[in-house]
Amino acid sequence: MQTPVMTEQEARAPAGSVTQPAARVGWSSPRGWLQQQLPRLVLSPTVLITFVFVYGFILWTLYLSFTRSRGIPSHELVGWLNYQRVWNHPRWSVALHNLAVFGILYIALCLVLGLLIAILLDQRIRQEGALRAIYLYPMALSFIVTGTAWKWMLNPGLGLEKLFKDWGFANFKFDWIIDERMAIYTVVIAGVWQASGFVMAMFLAGLRGVDQDLIKAASIDGASLPRIYRRIIIPQLRPVFLSAVVILAHLAIKSYELVVALTGGGPGYATEMPSTFMYAHTFTRSQLGWGAASATMMLLTVAAIMVPYLYSEVRTVRSRRQ
Amino acid sequence: MAKTWETPQMVQETGFRWSRVVVYGLLVFFGAIYLLPLLVMLLTSFKPLPEIYAGNMVALPRHWTVEPWVNAWTKACVGLNCNGIKGYFWNSIQMTVPAVVISTGMGLLNGYVLTKWRFRGANVLFGLILFGCFIPFQIVLIPMATFLGRMGIASSTTGLVFVHVVYGLCFTTLYARNYYMAFPDELVKAAMIDGARFFSIFRRVLLPNSGPIIIVAVIWQFTNIWNDFLFGASFSTGTSAPMTVALNNVVMTSTGEREYNVHMAAAMIAALPTLMVYVFGGRYFVRGLMAGSVKG
Repeated sequence: MQTPVMTEQEARAPAGSVTQPAARVGWSSPRGWLQQQLPRLVLSPTVLITFVFVYGFILWTLYLSFTRSRGIPSHELVGWLNYQRVWNHPRWSVALHNLAVFGILYIALCLVLGLLIAILLDQRIRQEGALRAIYLYPMALSFIVTGTAWKWMLNPGLGLEKLFKDWGFANFKFDWIIDERMAIYTVVIAGVWQASGFVMAMFLAGLRGVDQDLIKAASIDGASLPRIYRRIIIPQLRPVFLSAVVILAHLAIKSYELVVALTGGGPGYATEMPSTFMYAHTFTRSQLGWGAASATMMLLTVAAIMVPYLYSEVRTVRSRRQ
Repeated sequence: MAKTWETPQMVQETGFRWSRVVVYGLLVFFGAIYLLPLLVMLLTSFKPLPEIYAGNMVALPRHWTVEPWVNAWTKACVGLNCNGIKGYFWNSIQMTVPAVVISTGMGLLNGYVLTKWRFRGANVLFGLILFGCFIPFQIVLIPMATFLGRMGIASSTTGLVFVHVVYGLCFTTLYARNYYMAFPDELVKAAMIDGARFFSIFRRVLLPNSGPIIIVAVIWQFTNIWNDFLFGASFSTGTSAPMTVALNNVVMTSTGEREYNVHMAAAMIAALPTLMVYVFGGRYFVRGLMAGSVKG
């Protein structure tokens, strides 16, 4: 795909790299048989783990979502009841609404900021490496650390609001974190701060792969730089946009830690997300069935995004290799 | 990344100096915003508490003090337990190191099999393993809690190591597979003709050439496992919790005056290991991020 690492490797990959050395040499003794099966044996723990702890557990949760499980798992089937209960739950509607607000803003802002900084960085900048490191370091931090830091900065009494008041803006007000209507936007701010550098890195890698001949031709024809970016370069970044949207969307659906550390889901349950809903009902409210049902819906949403993407990725790589 | 590309400027060569100023100005402005939280955390962690309540968050400390760091390490309250975060830091190390070593080792072998000993269905298996990287872990929390309980490793570091190995394998396998894909098959075949077999080929031919991908995998796993909160919060209790869970508890524990300087020092301590890894291995960190975002 788009990364330099990948493309460079795909380019060097030998054509038709399927090798079956063992079969070709042909062992006949029992030891030879073992030697022949060795690759499969070595892979088998991982395959077993995947089937049990990924797919098996998914089925297990799916099953639980149709049972009357409360504090402990139960085997009494109740059909779609848990799903109905979750869907009619006011906190779930808040969670879905927040996920939509957070997801859209998070993805859009990360894309805009990431692309803007990548384009700026692509102007043969001195100290590019140092700057890149600064934009990207939040990605190395735990969401809990990010949440703790931003919670402190967004604290109206002591953080940014206080800072601007000290600077002479006496009426400056920035108390979103304690405002039920605005709190979700603080999660967006912290999330964008953390992930936009990563999106920048993806775009930068994409920019470095843009066909230079087209740019030369366009500039000879007298196209201005903004026009070259708009008409030639950015359209060529389409695959990067796709990758970034998919990655960000699945991060948004999974996001849990940031909400916990920043707002704890509050004030009240104003920043509830599907992930916090699931956790609360599973571990503190003894509604395993609801927890399982909400987790299943989260998985289905992620799968709807990731499966086609992964499928197309693997397919394009294979066809390129042939 | 080798700097061999041509940017639009090279073909454009407009002579406007001020446009460079704007570009640099914006880059520095954004840089300052990205750095601000780290700066604020550091400054706050070196201030005495009265100064925090009196001054603003970007003011330099008038009296520098390391007491918040000492308090965070030895005295901060995690729930009802006021012995600081040192024990939890140690928990995280005990959890992270074995999980990183095991998952990376298995991932390398998996990648080797998936590229050099391919068999029918290997690609489908790889696809199935790969999907495991992207599931929302909420879907496995309940079964895993039950499973760890039945195995008698609930609320233990062993249990967390197990969980992190299980859900880290897909990433290490992905990295190793993509890396070994580019490794020449001819070398493997030559070694085979010389009589080398499965493990000796891996040990003598591939492993000596695997430095970069081992670093990528180790850094990725280390960062992810150290930073994990969801598994730590779900599968540990009390003093067996990892660092991130302890940090969250320190911040949430509200008895009396909130010691923001101690909170920030604790956050810095929790962030330091991964920040160090990032500072010294940034290149590999980025490679891991990128490879994790795009599949091959």
